[in-house]
Amino acid sequence: MTLLAVENLDARHGLLQAVREVSLSMSEGETLALVGANGAGKTTLLRTIAGAHRPVSGRVVFDGRDITRMSAHKRVREGIALVPEGRRLFANLTVEENLSLAARAGRPGRWTVERVMETFPMLDPLRRRRAGRLSGGEQQATAIGRALMTNPRVLLLDEVSLGLAPVAVEGVYASLRSLIESGTTILLVEQDLNRALSVANRVACMLEGRIVLEGPAAEMTRERVIEAYFGLRRGSTNGAPA
Amino acid sequence: MTWLNQVVQGVLLGGYYAILAAGLALLFGVMRIVNLAHGDLAILGAYLTLVLTDHGVNAFVALAVVLPVMGLAGVALHRVVLERSLRSGMLVPLLSTFGLAIVIQNLLFEKFGADQRSINIGSLAYDSWTITSEITVGKLPVLILCVAIAVLLGLQLFLSKTSLGRAMRATAEDPDTAELVGVNSRAVYALATALALATAALAGTFLGMRQTFDPYAGPTQLIFAFEAVVIGGMTLWGTLVGGIVLGVAQTIGYQMVAEGWIKDVWGGAGAGDVVFLAVLAARLIIAGVDARGGVAAVLGRAT
Repeated sequence: MTLLAVENLDARHGLLQAVREVSLSMSEGETLALVGANGAGKTTLLRTIAGAHRPVSGRVVFDGRDITRMSAHKRVREGIALVPEGRRLFANLTVEENLSLAARAGRPGRWTVERVMETFPMLDPLRRRRAGRLSGGEQQATAIGRALMTNPRVLLLDEVSLGLAPVAVEGVYASLRSLIESGTTILLVEQDLNRALSVANRVACMLEGRIVLEGPAAEMTRERVIEAYFGLRRGSTNGAPA
Repeated sequence: MTWLNQVVQGVLLGGYYAILAAGLALLFGVMRIVNLAHGDLAILGAYLTLVLTDHGVNAFVALAVVLPVMGLAGVALHRVVLERSLRSGMLVPLLSTFGLAIVIQNLLFEKFGADQRSINIGSLAYDSWTITSEITVGKLPVLILCVAIAVLLGLQLFLSKTSLGRAMRATAEDPDTAELVGVNSRAVYALATALALATAALAGTFLGMRQTFDPYAGPTQLIFAFEAVVIGGMTLWGTLVGGIVLGVAQTIGYQMVAEGWIKDVWGGAGAGDVVFLAVLAARLIIAGVDARGGVAAVLGRAT
């Protein structure tokens, strides 16, 4: 059953059209990896789904409801959570405050501060530390934990491995796998193609605001994705889904 | 002893400035708005209390009505003026609140005329405790200082201990991201404005109890509030420190005028302005040294 659908979405930053006629749908429990070069429109697409960016036209449908005009904080209550690029923690709030802030407005569910601490044991001794004084990996774990505290039905992850040490990336992805196994629907933007192909069951590639390639991860080869990524044979790839 | 008495009076005066400055600091801290109508909103609050006391209501009972009314006015102010202005950048709120200040002054003038007024609180206006033969403290100024501490303590507990307070701190830091974790930043802004206007009205009413005021008294109070906020360093408890420093500087300034040491510039309040400018200059110099140090450090590493 379709949980999240994006229909003919156009989004702009002033005169720059960042997302062009994008359509996309996700079933419950699915993991979709979104790849593409810098400036391809991935972040804008995620922010538009989360309600942080207003689209020019098109629709965002969640669980059968049109939420295109819904404000971001209401979408959180419906079950959409975004882990933004660059983590964007509240630097003056402690780790625990960052987490409990999200619990306040989110949906009721199984995620609590204690459960986040179990999922990311490295955060346990840092509860009372200000988020601004954490390392990159600790910040990323807090940012994911903060999104989980809202008990999302769809988790949007924007470049969670950006700027992290390889060890920290391993840690983040290990906990992502357990999330995927528990049935959380995940849409993630990832620059590391191998990682994207291994963690997701579907992959979509964006180029200049459009989805130029989309399909099951098992059927994707590195070569096909790379062609789409750089637009080497534009027009001869699978093309955007209708 | 006269000088010590002036210091004590200055500390007590600082309590009033702290309440006045708290709302200005709150709006700046949460919404990055410098509310140029803050002083006039305080005076508006004083007139609202005055209207009720003129009808025989006790001034402190009147406050129980005026503060919630001004809080609601804050919600309306956010919806109608501040929210719209904020959408157009940082400078527009400065202009719109400046305009609001002029509107409030002239509406008050239309309604109440240019008469100097004060709020009747009976003998509390002049009751005092005698500490030594040289030092007496008025009961009202002591009450105001206690209320100032209670207001700041209340605000601090609200911001640090309640989930709504956490939401306000998060919104102050990053309103977009606060929305993404489910905080209704619009409602938080409305609440911050409501709190700012309620504290402004409280300060204005205390001003009306301490001394006289007229429809054009707001801008002077805005300057004092602004000075207290800057001296105190833009933080919550800083407004108390800044308020007290400003109050002491002013009372000492008055005494220096009385002794004939300095010329009468703005009735002695000029000494407060001098302290404010000195603190501001010191801040800029320190910041300038920091900036040069940073550049030098980078250059040193590069060569």
